[in-house]
Amino acid sequence: MAQPVYEHIICDPAKCTGCRLCEYACAMVKTGKFDANLSRIRVVRIEPITMTAIACRLCADAPCIIACPRNALSRSEKNGVILVDQDKCDGCGWCIEACDFGAIVLNPETKNAEICDLCQDLEGEPPCIAYCPVEALSLGTPETLRQKARREVVAKLFEELFKE
Amino acid sequence: MYAYTGRILHIDVTNRKTSIQRVGPDFIKKYLGGTGLATRLVYDNTPKGCDPLGPENALCFAVSAFAGTTVPVGTKHGVAAKSPLTGFIGDSLSGSYFSEMMRRAGYDGIVIKGQAPKWVVVFIDDDDIQFLDAAPYMGMNTLETQRAIRERLGDENVRVSAIGPAGERLVRYALIDNDGRQAGRSGNGAVMGSKRIKAIAIRGSHPITVADPKGLMEASLRLIKASRGPGTLKYRTLGTPANVLNLNKMGLLPTRNFQETVFEEAEKVSGEYLHERYHVKSVACAGCSIACEQWGAVKEGKYKGAMIGLDYEPLFAVGPNCGIGDMAAIIRLVQLCDEYGLDAMSTGVVISWAMECYERGILTKEDFGGLEPYFGNDDAAVELVRRIAYREGIGDLLAEGVKRASERVGKGSEHFAMHVKGLEMPGYDVRSLKTFALGIAVVARGADHNRALSYEVDIKGEVDRFKAEPGRGKLAMEKEDFACILDCLVLCKFLRNCFTDFEREVAEIYTMATGIPLTPEELKQVGERVVNLKKAFNIREGWTMADDWLPPRVLEDPLPSGPGKGVRVTPEELRMLIQDYYAARGWTPEGLIPKSKLIALGLEDIAEEIGVEEPVAAPAAGEA
Repeated sequence: MAQPVYEHIICDPAKCTGCRLCEYACAMVKTGKFDANLSRIRVVRIEPITMTAIACRLCADAPCIIACPRNALSRSEKNGVILVDQDKCDGCGWCIEACDFGAIVLNPETKNAEICDLCQDLEGEPPCIAYCPVEALSLGTPETLRQKARREVVAKLFEELFKE
Repeated sequence: MYAYTGRILHIDVTNRKTSIQRVGPDFIKKYLGGTGLATRLVYDNTPKGCDPLGPENALCFAVSAFAGTTVPVGTKHGVAAKSPLTGFIGDSLSGSYFSEMMRRAGYDGIVIKGQAPKWVVVFIDDDDIQFLDAAPYMGMNTLETQRAIRERLGDENVRVSAIGPAGERLVRYALIDNDGRQAGRSGNGAVMGSKRIKAIAIRGSHPITVADPKGLMEASLRLIKASRGPGTLKYRTLGTPANVLNLNKMGLLPTRNFQETVFEEAEKVSGEYLHERYHVKSVACAGCSIACEQWGAVKEGKYKGAMIGLDYEPLFAVGPNCGIGDMAAIIRLVQLCDEYGLDAMSTGVVISWAMECYERGILTKEDFGGLEPYFGNDDAAVELVRRIAYREGIGDLLAEGVKRASERVGKGSEHFAMHVKGLEMPGYDVRSLKTFALGIAVVARGADHNRALSYEVDIKGEVDRFKAEPGRGKLAMEKEDFACILDCLVLCKFLRNCFTDFEREVAEIYTMATGIPLTPEELKQVGERVVNLKKAFNIREGWTMADDWLPPRVLEDPLPSGPGKGVRVTPEELRMLIQDYYAARGWTPEGLIPKSKLIALGLEDIAEEIGVEEPVAAPAAGEA
């Protein structure tokens, strides 16, 4: 059986304007407050014009799950998100060190690791996507990304061919 | 309180003393935040007649009610002080991460007074205020300073407002830069420099709570969607440089120091040209859904590597207004202004004045230390920007602003010193914009489009822009009050066309965020109150009617070409318009504010200080 492939939040750096509305929306939905530090999606802005947003990428062989000494992290069979067992997690932060993307938050209030769960308990698209004003955020898999890239490059190629 | 913290931080850098002033909802509701609250803080914390560059001036910051929330384009802050250019109120706006961090550190406002014995970086880490040695950062440009301080403190969440070499040398139109956004006009960077503060670093750990999270989230989403509609299309595609061709066609594009208003090379400095050949990225301030900042990069030629987010006002000032029609040079010039920490608008208008002085033989090659700054000489302009920032040679004179420089040089150069109250003119020639001519003559900050805003009625054709007539006073007043509401909230002006019922919608959002009840009428009155407050400050600082006036060129030189050929603003027209405006405001014919007016606006304490008794109505002509 083929390995299941899960969708995660993808940001198009060409579209991202660095506004951080996704962070504000995420923090409010997840914590009831505006605190970008607790947002599970973070915008990286390297001045002046390099910017994109990063959330959990649902790695196939997730190092955070392996790193957790208390086996608090597991993968949802339904949609592949990394689930944190609130009782087992004691906020040691090993998962944060293991994550190559800095996508895990340690919430000082709950003393738990918190990871993007695609707002699976909400109806409709995740709020970060809904509040993104420039449609830079979307749900995708590596495969859908590959398809999109191929379509775009071919379209561009032919556009140029016909121009000449 | 929600959103607000009810706390104003006072810092005296002379003796490193800090204190917290508590403010309640009744006080804060009168000024909201931004330039309204910042102006009130300046009024309360500066003694009458203080030296703008002395320790007694108060550099005041005030955050938007919406900073750090999902309310789009609300993550902004106001900065105000007594302006070293005008001697009157100098209020500017900036935005982005610094605003958010200021609120999250626990402050609605910050008041900084005194003068540090040695250059410092003020580090506000929640309640912990530290004074770091600024020596490692001296001489660094605005952006380098911010990066270096973040690196030293080891945290990306530290946001920094910094001055560049120009602020260090008290160039009177130096700015304060944070996150590549600027509190640009009226010289607040010089005020910061006079206090020997190289930078203010800030880090906040408090979350922002709002009164009605669900309501605010829904309203935010509606506004975000509205802000992607036709009301902002111009800003999202070409950005403000979209103005170039429109204004050129209408004969409004200041060219060669306002000698002309049609630029023969407008095509090459247009938003369209920028977009096609130089555009690399649209960038937003924090919390902004519009992303008007259109970054351009130069990929070849002598300005290869230059890059900046270009806006119309800096573009006009260092471009057409200096006779420069090379987009690459303009990108470089604006980048230099931003990095040195100079207001590019004032810088451009000062340089264009210097160029005209050179062409007319009032200033010579010798005066310019070997430069030949004829109109269009971009190499000379680049060098002049540097000399201004470092106050080298003629730069020392030009760093004083066009009013002082022309007074010192004389020889008729005052005639074409393009300023009002000492603040250099923005990029709309007012001779064929009669409502805006009035607006810019009377607005408290000096020659400024953002505070006056009345160019809108002229340019959109809501009135005959060539005609001065009674009724324009009321129009100018309404636009000014509306702009003021946005500056106090703060919401970016680019959102202004995204509402159907502005006062009602915004008052609702305000209450959702802050929990403070606010009626649409009360919101409207904030605009009028704060405009009167700014005027009251100016009156206290020695304003006279002569300060509400326009440059001689506007009054005496008819436009030489374009749709407005032959047009000027006559002194008679201007006098009539100004009286019409004072009357609309309920001010005296001398432009003073009656006590009763100030009391009606809830400014009782100020009424005592500067209010005048109601004038006795003069008997109408013919009555004995």
